[in-house]
Amino acid sequence: MSGRRAAGLRAWVVQRLSAIYLGLFFVYLIGCFVFAPPASHEAWRSWVAHPYISMALLLFFLSLLLHAWVGVRNVLIDYVKPFGLRLVLLALTGLALIACGAWGLQVVILARIA
Amino acid sequence: MTKTKKRPVHLDLRRIRLPINAITSVGHRISGVLMFFLIPFCIYLLDLSLSSPRGFSRAIAILDSLPVKGILFIAIWGLVHHILAGLRCIAIDLDRGVEKPTFIRTAYAVLVAAPPVAFVVWVAL
Repeated sequence: MSGRRAAGLRAWVVQRLSAIYLGLFFVYLIGCFVFAPPASHEAWRSWVAHPYISMALLLFFLSLLLHAWVGVRNVLIDYVKPFGLRLVLLALTGLALIACGAWGLQVVILARIA
Repeated sequence: MTKTKKRPVHLDLRRIRLPINAITSVGHRISGVLMFFLIPFCIYLLDLSLSSPRGFSRAIAILDSLPVKGILFIAIWGLVHHILAGLRCIAIDLDRGVEKPTFIRTAYAVLVAAPPVAFVVWVAL
């Protein structure tokens, strides 16, 4: 699956794989918050810093970025017809998502070394 | 020169009927775009809550404030609708529920089930 010819198929696969992970993670996360909400800052920080949880969180951020990128890209391509404007909005979306990803990565790393 | 065929152009809103599956599908898009805009706020809250014990209580205070509680309900509704509509999409990809009656019924089920499920989650959180 490489090159422009398969770009649509690749996006389609990425969208569904990331969706499955995001869905499972959200159910797990909501379950945690409902049945065992973090009682203190220290309990919350050490939960995030747990190796499995921080790895799952980083995978979650990555899936979220890919999923949001494909989704917003499709919406922009469908509704924004002027080519220049579409390009600018796509670039802004990409930059915003990368910035959010970097921020999330930093937050998880800081929680681990604290 | 070929004659342009006369097309039925009517943007009379009373005559345009969106089928139920279109409403579910548009909801999938709207909820997705809404959650996209909420990503930075979620990371901000995560950052704040992990920064210090004071930040932790501040994050909880923000989540407990009235306007944020309202936004939170809409966000959870969007998330639940998005997940249910997404599951329906994947089922359709796998050729399940493609026949018209089932197709319509599942679209209706997603649309109707999302608000009460979201409400239960919102109250439980």
